[in-house]
Amino acid sequence: MKKKLVVIGAGMASGRMLEQLFDAAPDAYEVTLFNGEPRGNYNRLMLSPVLSGEKTYEDIVTHDDDWYAANGVDCRFGEPVVKIDRKNRIVYSNKGGAPYDALVIATGSAPFIIPVVGKELPGVVTYRDLEDTHAMIDAGVAGKDAVVIGGGLLGLEAAAGMAARGAKVTVIHLMGHLMERQLDPAAGYLLQKDLEKRGIKVHCKGATKAILGTDRAEAVLLEDGTVYPADLVCMAVGIRPETRLANDAHLEVERGIVVDDAMRTSDPHIFALGECVEHRKQLFGLVAPLYDQAKVLAKTLLDEAAEFVPVQTATKLKVTGCDLFSAGDFAEGEGREDIVFRDPGRGIYKRLVLQDDRIIGVVMYGETGDGNWFYGMMKEGTDISEMRETLIFGPAFQGGSKLDPMAAVAALPPEAEICGCNGVSKGTIMAAVAGGACTLDQMRACTKASASCGTCTGLVQQVMAFAMGGEVQEAPAGMCKCTDHTHEDVRRLIKTMALKSIPAVMQELGWKTVGGCHSCRPALNYYLLAEYPLEYKDDRQSRFVNERNHANIQKDGTYSVVPRMWGGVTTPDELRAIADAADKYNVPMVKVTGGQRIDLLGVKKEDLPHMWADLNAAGMVSGAAYSKGLRTVKTCVGKEFCRVGTQDSTGLGIKLEKLMWGSWTPHKLKLGVSGCPRNCAEATCKDIGVVCVDSGYNISIGGAAGMEVKETEHLASTPSEEETIQIILAVTQLYRENGKYLDRLWKWMSKVGLDWIKAQVVDDLENRMALVERFEISQSVYRTDPWAELSTPAETPKWGPLADLTLEAAE
Amino acid sequence: MTTFVDIGALSDVPQQGARVVKTMQGCVAVFRTSDDRVFALEDRCPHKGGPLSEGIVHGDRVTCPLHNWVFDMNSGEAQGADEGMVRTYPIRVENGRILISAELMARKAA
Ligand SMILES: Cc1cc2nc3c(=O)[nH]c(=O)nc-3n(C[C@H](O)[C@H](O)[C@H](O)COP(=O)(O)OP(=O)(O)OC[C@H]3O[C@@H](n4cnc5c(N)ncnc54)[C@H](O)[C@@H]3O)c2cc1C
Ligand code: HEM
Ligand code: SF4
Ligand code: SF4
Ligand code: FES
Repeated sequence: MKKKLVVIGAGMASGRMLEQLFDAAPDAYEVTLFNGEPRGNYNRLMLSPVLSGEKTYEDIVTHDDDWYAANGVDCRFGEPVVKIDRKNRIVYSNKGGAPYDALVIATGSAPFIIPVVGKELPGVVTYRDLEDTHAMIDAGVAGKDAVVIGGGLLGLEAAAGMAARGAKVTVIHLMGHLMERQLDPAAGYLLQKDLEKRGIKVHCKGATKAILGTDRAEAVLLEDGTVYPADLVCMAVGIRPETRLANDAHLEVERGIVVDDAMRTSDPHIFALGECVEHRKQLFGLVAPLYDQAKVLAKTLLDEAAEFVPVQTATKLKVTGCDLFSAGDFAEGEGREDIVFRDPGRGIYKRLVLQDDRIIGVVMYGETGDGNWFYGMMKEGTDISEMRETLIFGPAFQGGSKLDPMAAVAALPPEAEICGCNGVSKGTIMAAVAGGACTLDQMRACTKASASCGTCTGLVQQVMAFAMGGEVQEAPAGMCKCTDHTHEDVRRLIKTMALKSIPAVMQELGWKTVGGCHSCRPALNYYLLAEYPLEYKDDRQSRFVNERNHANIQKDGTYSVVPRMWGGVTTPDELRAIADAADKYNVPMVKVTGGQRIDLLGVKKEDLPHMWADLNAAGMVSGAAYSKGLRTVKTCVGKEFCRVGTQDSTGLGIKLEKLMWGSWTPHKLKLGVSGCPRNCAEATCKDIGVVCVDSGYNISIGGAAGMEVKETEHLASTPSEEETIQIILAVTQLYRENGKYLDRLWKWMSKVGLDWIKAQVVDDLENRMALVERFEISQSVYRTDPWAELSTPAETPKWGPLADLTLEAAE
Repeated sequence: MTTFVDIGALSDVPQQGARVVKTMQGCVAVFRTSDDRVFALEDRCPHKGGPLSEGIVHGDRVTCPLHNWVFDMNSGEAQGADEGMVRTYPIRVENGRILISAELMARKAA
């Protein structure tokens, strides 16, 4: 008599297993196949092409009725199994039981549902089966608003499919970039760009708070308050193994149903495979290893010895036009090296991670043709030391002599395009060199090569070097070791190429490192917030400690707290609040600064938010004594009190400080306003100084009193206080827009020249007002108190330690 | 064998940032990279004692906030021309929780 085999779940894994079993021994078992879905086996992977309309359901059926009939399978489709009786070896659905000699559990996995309000509303779907796919097709065809929660593989295939059908799609992703488990930030950025090109909106770092709606889903609300309309919400945040039956039957279950190398569970008559299992602590989410499991289980069922050994799998996204490839381990690590290739013009990014001369990780975007070649070498553990130099260029470049960059340039035909923006060929550059252009500037002047976007600068230099007989040209010093672009280039390109995030800059400008360094990240953060005040969100993690913590770190790791005193003017109440704070937090030193305010030194980090809250309550805000931004406006008492004063210098100082506080500048910015030429506020050694006279106001800029002492130079004189303010705001904005990060105002002035500044802000009235307006736009975002934002009940705990193991040990 | 204790959720530490854990052996900085790996280093720069937890994190490196020494967080070794070593401790992430070596609950061996 044939043995009875019962299979629970007609999915990808069990389907392959049955094929193998029937091929090897058609008569060994009489098979009963239960499936929760009301149909047999189809290719689940291909649901995405069905969703996008590139295939139909009929195209993706893998086993039809004839196949089941030919193999004598008793099909119990649409009949979920509800119980396994291990003692009597019978499984039950709600319609009846089936006895077994051997049982295979292949229940796959269940989508994870995030526990938010509204998750059970009609219109909220997951992405797992044909029913989900149809719901999404319907929403797309009707041109509705759809929100996909989760920017991983499944979520993006769902989003692209619905968008292809005509839905207006937004993807909400919790992490900083899409598909963070498979991609690094650079590749994630390119992917996001491609998706945005097809009209899909992507919201990263978005945490879903609730799904809104009365009778059905209407919108999705995020923690940050953003609301996206949604007729349909697709949750694709992850899956977990479907282990309920195995749990109820008291099989050994960890995260998945535990199986040994032969795919046997803790009960010798019961086997499991597919996404529901856990093998040597590992779970599975892609089909390649499941097919290996199917082979092994078919043998085990036929009493042949077989062992499942998981292999690494590669990931591809099935969205037409978004080519990505990811395999292995691409985290950085000790002894690991990266080979990075970026072609910003074509949106290509390739990264190989090497360890001990072997490839251990591959991430590619935009051009993935060589993916399998790399992947093959990765699996084989091929030693690549011989082809290291040219490895990243793929198999086509291997063999023959080693390529050095100069040889690669030499090999280019004369008509090869070097500068894409201006259509300049290698031949044109060679001719220009022959005609005498031997610096980059001359080349730009006579051919325009590299004069627009500038991303081809390196290549142009190589061609020039080649033309000049291999003499390598001195490249202008890059911003830091991560890039050859200068600060000036980077600023210009951020603007002309509309780059709006740090990963965008790093990708499009061909950064040589993966995450930048402590030197370029703060600079990029500043350039971006100065260029896109409304769109760019300040990245605290790219800031130096003082600006991140809004206090000055001292040599012993404590901080100093300096509240703002507008124009150096204070009140008895403010002084009392400062004194109280000093007492309450045991401040070891209270000092008057040179900027006319009071410094509380030696404050512990975890006390900062509490002290700030106390000072806020007394009406004080951060003095930004730590910022590359507006510090102080030092004033003298002026004509209100002084017997020789000519104007209200204190009042003007306060007005300026109230307009300018919170603004970020390339370096620190200090102002001074003196009420007469006796200059008690020392205004002529500040970045911007005003000296009042009987006839009005003398504005001068570019002073310093640090390691360099400099006197300010005269910028403008005016009888009007209002015009004084406008000129000061305009010159500040000009400095913000043009200054190199960490150049003090005097240094910037020495580069661009005082005359140029005068022309921009004094003579050209229209330009002056435009600068003032741009300053005001930026200030609409930044004229806020960081202390208040960072001392809320939600933020306060983050200033203390994450855990205190000294307490636990004492217990 | 190392045993581990739970010190908090991965999400409690900002990406490209750090938090401090007080231990019987002094403060330990727990770092999280942009690709969600974690590292535990003694929170004291070998140069002049700067708190590494306040440094800028780039890739798997951290730059000391006081004088810009750069450390490889895998080994704790100073990079480039600077010479020095910070202690590292076993740490890992499991199910979104950060686990650190339980040796830190014990007093320093005399
Ligand atoms: C849209 C989509 C795209 C994908 N794309 C890819 C890809 O490109 N590459 C890749 O490698 N992988 C991809 N995957 C993952 C791949 O489909 C899965 O790894 C694979 O299907 C898992 O196979 P399985 O047999 O374990 O589970 P499944 O194929 O899910 O089959 C499990 C079956 O068991 C049934 N079942 C569950 N509980 C019971 C019960 N109690 N009684 C009876 N029946 C039950 C279910 O109804 C289901 O039909 C994709 C998945 C989806 C959803
Ligand atoms: C590591 C470097 C530095 C540290 C830690 C530091 C620290 C400080 C602190 C804490 C204050 C008081 C805060 C305030 O009132 O705003 C201050 C004020 C001041 N610093 Fe520095 N400083 C540094 C570099 C410099 C340099 C390079 C200069 C000169 C260019 C300088 C010139 C001044 C002046 C003039 C004041 C008085 C404020 C004013 O008059 O506007 N400091 N400094
Ligand atoms: S600068 Fe002139 S107005 Fe101001 S306090 Fe000194 S003397 Fe008086
Ligand atoms: S002068 Fe030197 S020592 Fe004094 S506060 Fe400024 S930086 Fe520190
Ligand atoms: S204390 Fe760390 S670099 Fe000086």
